[in-house]
Amino acid sequence: MSEAISEQKRKIHPHKFTLWVAIGSILMMFAGLTSAYIVKRSQASWLMIEIPMMFWYSTATILASSVTVQLALKALKKREMINYKRLLVVTAVLGVLFIVLQIAGFRQFAAQDIRLVGAGSNASYSFLLAISGLHGIHVLGGVVALAVTVIRALNSSTKSYSTVPLEIVATYWHFVDALWIYLFIFFTWMK
Amino acid sequence: MSSETISHGHAAEASVHSHDSHEAHGHDHHHEESFLTKYVFSTDHKMIGKQFLITGIIWAIIGGLFSVLFRLQLGYPETSFPVLEDLFGKWAAGGRISNEFYYALVTMHGTILVFFVLTAGLSGTFANILIPLQIGARDMASGFLNMLSYWFFFLASVVMFASLFIQTGPASGGWTVYPPLSALGQASEGSKLGMDFWLISMALFIVSSLLGGLNYISTILNLRTKGMSMTRMPLTMWAIFFTAVLGVLSFPVLLSGAVLLLFDRNLGTSFFLSEIVVKGEILPNEGGSAILFQHLFWFLGHPEVYIILLPALGMVSEILSVNSRKPIFGYLAMVGSLFAICILAFLVWAHHMFVTGLNPFLGAFFVLLTLLIAVPSAIKVFNWLTTLWKGNIRFTPGMLFSIGFISLFISGGLTGIFLGNSTLDIHLHDTYFVVAHFHIVMGVASFFGMFAGVYHWFPKMYGRFLNNTMAYIHFWVTMVGAYLIFWPMHYAGLAGMPRRYTDWSNWQSFNQFQDMNRFISTVAMIVFAVQILFVFNFFYSIFKGRKVTSTNPWGANTLEWTTPINPGHGNWPGDIPEVHRWPYDYGKDGRDFIPQVEPIGADESKH
Repeated sequence: MSEAISEQKRKIHPHKFTLWVAIGSILMMFAGLTSAYIVKRSQASWLMIEIPMMFWYSTATILASSVTVQLALKALKKREMINYKRLLVVTAVLGVLFIVLQIAGFRQFAAQDIRLVGAGSNASYSFLLAISGLHGIHVLGGVVALAVTVIRALNSSTKSYSTVPLEIVATYWHFVDALWIYLFIFFTWMK
Repeated sequence: MSSETISHGHAAEASVHSHDSHEAHGHDHHHEESFLTKYVFSTDHKMIGKQFLITGIIWAIIGGLFSVLFRLQLGYPETSFPVLEDLFGKWAAGGRISNEFYYALVTMHGTILVFFVLTAGLSGTFANILIPLQIGARDMASGFLNMLSYWFFFLASVVMFASLFIQTGPASGGWTVYPPLSALGQASEGSKLGMDFWLISMALFIVSSLLGGLNYISTILNLRTKGMSMTRMPLTMWAIFFTAVLGVLSFPVLLSGAVLLLFDRNLGTSFFLSEIVVKGEILPNEGGSAILFQHLFWFLGHPEVYIILLPALGMVSEILSVNSRKPIFGYLAMVGSLFAICILAFLVWAHHMFVTGLNPFLGAFFVLLTLLIAVPSAIKVFNWLTTLWKGNIRFTPGMLFSIGFISLFISGGLTGIFLGNSTLDIHLHDTYFVVAHFHIVMGVASFFGMFAGVYHWFPKMYGRFLNNTMAYIHFWVTMVGAYLIFWPMHYAGLAGMPRRYTDWSNWQSFNQFQDMNRFISTVAMIVFAVQILFVFNFFYSIFKGRKVTSTNPWGANTLEWTTPINPGHGNWPGDIPEVHRWPYDYGKDGRDFIPQVEPIGADESKH
């Protein structure tokens, strides 16, 4: 038994493990929110949501960013440092673009005269805003983490080729991507 | 090829890391730490634990004082205390506690004690101090996250404390902050700015306990010393592990509820608000569901009860075994029952909502699952009693509080069986029976676990003992006082006396309990005074207590007693000891105790 555990100890870095537990925790928050959505949906005065086109673009953006972060990881492993830094910056920019597109998507609602908050708002659209908004904050957190990684890569006095920090950031990045895909499918399905 | 380089990179990094920590921590006497890095922005788990403990003590004094104030009102509703007006101004005009003040006091009493004292103060303290020491690690998996965890708690504390001084007062809709009351500023003074402060403070608090919990889980699973398999861990570690799992999975759900409530309050959404008229004003909200909030709240709220209780269960198990000089009875059953409680904790939240219009058919399942909790709880009680049975008991203060804990856990647990029945709950709901139940089983019992832990591990924390005379006075008055306060409340509750009223003197059915209320208030004040004695003992003993002269004053087996009397950052001056046995070899083979670090003898079987 103890041998099996020390074996496992060598397999996963404690910080990576911490991230996986954190992902479980974040998932619980969105599970709470989406189940609240399901409960609310079965009650009176629910409006069918029409997802604007803009959300399709933002989804494509975040999918692309997952690819670039994976390429960055690959570049780091091959020690192609210039490529690696370039790809990290591209990923962060795509992350910001995603958030911008999300905001543009919500502006389309305003153009259609659908109120998300305030008097005359319906909980169905407010849910869309609250849940996507919280997801956006998590993406923003990922952008900050990427920025820190980029700055460290540019500034570090000693060359570090450890892939662990980037692996952690990349895992998180894939997670917020997958989370958005889940939410997007959820919103499209559960109008 | 590439996977090979990765694994190589890992191994190299891991070895560098352990080398580093050995260098830095092994010889920590060589470099001086500044006051700021040692006492304030410390990443040493022991200092962070002490920070949690002392912040928790300050909160406990504030929260306890609030209960004295509202007990004053309940015991003496007709009497005027001019000093209250001097102190609190308009909140106690004419020397009488106003209704708004009363609601603010009970709300803050609940919030402070449940979250700031018994969650952060209890598991924050002992998880931090004990995890690395008992599993044999230099520090937490991430000392930085650990430090952040404390400082988020500190920020949450600052915001909550500030809310006490707002002109319209702090949140006052009960610690459960049910909407619509909590969502509408028009509805009460306490639902104005105070409620926003409450929600912001709780959001910060949730971040703090998540950062803490992540670290606890990852440290226990990844950083155990050689030989410390999961089943060789002390029960304190198991309890703290399950506590952290509960917190990590349930606090985010409360956060989602809090976020939606913030939306409703500040952005005019209708998640929890349906068609409402307040003071003649028709609100624009429509179609929201107030019950939805209760589901989100109690999905955290019930596991929260066990987040409070489990560390106490673990510490009591350990202290009972050490001071009975006997192995814990049924180690695996203890772990199994902790696990069962942990699972059931997520499946019973609706028993807080039996009278909200919940489908009775659905309620039946929640009744069943709720009553099932009696099974693991009974296993634990049985095992504690059998651990005590024929033990060579040493009545140290920690031991007394542990035995007191068992008593309270039984009394409070039994009334839980009453309340878990949805039919009985129709009568008992929102009466003093509920108040008595949860104060005994969750409040006082967990406090006893915490006191037991403080008395037992104080020598490890500060290298000194707490004063025994004050400790015994503290124990006996608190023990007797707890029953004198809460036992009579059961009768009032069975008679139907409701909670949350400031004054029953004009209510014919319940003003017969006036003398009883006065009695309860008197005892409450005495018990509060004795807690102040404990706080005095705590701070006095940090500086003037009797010094610990041996590394293992209790004759315990666990690893924390193999460190120096005042361990530095890194805990062990040399290598981390290897573990060869479980921590409960007391009275084995004619020996009083055999520490975990001692190899298995030739004629011993493996544990």
